[in-house]
Amino acid sequence: MHNFEYHRAGSLADAASALKKAGEDGKLMAGGQTLIPTLKLRLAQPSAVIDLSGIKELASIKAGAGEVTIGAGATHAAVAASKDVQGKIKALADLAAHIGDRQVRHRGTIGGSLANNDPAADYPAAVLALGATIVTNQRKIAADEFFKGLFETALKPGEIITAVSFPAPEKAAYMKFANPASRFALVGVFVAKTKGGVRVAVTGAGESGVFRSAALEKALSGNFSAKAIEGVAMPAKGLNSDIHASAEYRAHLIGVMAKRAVAAAG
Amino acid sequence: MPTVKMTVNGKAVSAEVEARTLLVNLLREKLGLTGTHVGCDTSQCGACVVHIDGKSVKSCTTLALQAEGTKVTTIEGLANGEKLHPMQEAFRDNHGLQCGFCTPGMVMSAICLVKETPNPTEKQVRDGLEGNICRCTGYHNIVQAVLAGAKAMRG
Ligand SMILES: Cc1cc2nc3c(=O)[nH]c(=O)nc-3n(C[C@H](O)[C@H](O)[C@H](O)COP(=O)(O)OP(=O)(O)OC[C@H]3O[C@@H](n4cnc5c(N)ncnc54)[C@H](O)[C@@H]3O)c2cc1C
Ligand code: FES
Ligand code: FES
Repeated sequence: MHNFEYHRAGSLADAASALKKAGEDGKLMAGGQTLIPTLKLRLAQPSAVIDLSGIKELASIKAGAGEVTIGAGATHAAVAASKDVQGKIKALADLAAHIGDRQVRHRGTIGGSLANNDPAADYPAAVLALGATIVTNQRKIAADEFFKGLFETALKPGEIITAVSFPAPEKAAYMKFANPASRFALVGVFVAKTKGGVRVAVTGAGESGVFRSAALEKALSGNFSAKAIEGVAMPAKGLNSDIHASAEYRAHLIGVMAKRAVAAAG
Repeated sequence: MPTVKMTVNGKAVSAEVEARTLLVNLLREKLGLTGTHVGCDTSQCGACVVHIDGKSVKSCTTLALQAEGTKVTTIEGLANGEKLHPMQEAFRDNHGLQCGFCTPGMVMSAICLVKETPNPTEKQVRDGLEGNICRCTGYHNIVQAVLAGAKAMRG
């Protein structure tokens, strides 16, 4: 790992100005559960690391009427244990409880996960399926506009995620087929029956990261039941093939996970 | 070089570290606490697990500077003089180790797990140890040890 300047930000404004000062080679760090492994592999070599983990305001979780707003710095463990999240969006608390392992969950954050947009990460599926809003220090970004392909998001240089606001769905559930070594999703499907209709997001499978499945949404719109998915063909085109699974196998798993998710959503 | 201050196993510690110094390197190389192991380069094996403010974390995936102002506990901080912590005792009694390389991390993870879930089921123990890999035991005796340790910790 190359050395860098370390700055522990005391506030959001402090983080923003430190990031600006560092310029292109500055990097934010939240839980470090993705960034530190990346630094070890020298896949990133920032000259300055700005640590967000000391900013208290980023860690809050608040429930409003029909929604939950989760601070970017809330750890996976905090989201999983939050009574507000469990009460309003149980599927989201369950998802957080199955990210990685306990040690990763004690430090990794929702903001870090979304900014990173790993194609096998769990949170992107929840954000997309629930139609959440990503709040940054500059603007609000709708989920449908946020994910831009592998490890790419709509975030601009210098932009910091501060919170994510999730509207509570009528019904929702997430099912993942986890890679047994890393626990990342080989395929993960989040189904949600929302005020605006049924939304289904798939992670782990797509060549360009998380995506919505129009075919599954259509099938479930008329009849929100596992049976409705049975006839839906899942093409392997556009899906990933790697040492873990072929595109065809992933296509098959999407159907299986979607059925299980709908059944779990009740 | 930046200075970092924290409490390690109850003692105040102050050390000069590079920004890139990992907590595990501070513990092992500067403080001589070599009970915390490094088994991988990918944040997956859990041999390096310590507690920061009571929560289990991977010290290979934490910068020393991130632990500023915290209370760190390592495997060396568990025993009370000659008397082992009940979880250490349970690993010994249940043959929960063979080569012992994974053991410090297993014990640290197990104690945090039991503090959060005082009466865990076997499944909860297995799930709770997802972040700890053992190449020797096949896990069975580790799970038995954690269940026994949990019972002993409940008193
Ligand atoms: C062993 C292991 C298993 C894992 N398993 C899973 C899994 O099953 N599912 C899963 O989804 N993830 C998994 N992860 C990843 C984990 O969830 C990470 O915690 C998460 O992806 C990144 O969050 P972080 O807070 O650690 O971010 P960091 O590593 O600190 O940062 C990640 C990136 O996000 C940027 N960033 C951080 N915060 C912000 C912000 N507020 N605004 C803008 N940019 C920001 C950083 O600059 C960096 O580029 C695993 C990780 C490990 C080590
Ligand atoms: S040394 Fe393997 S997880 Fe830390
Ligand atoms: S006892 Fe040898 S690795 Fe676990």
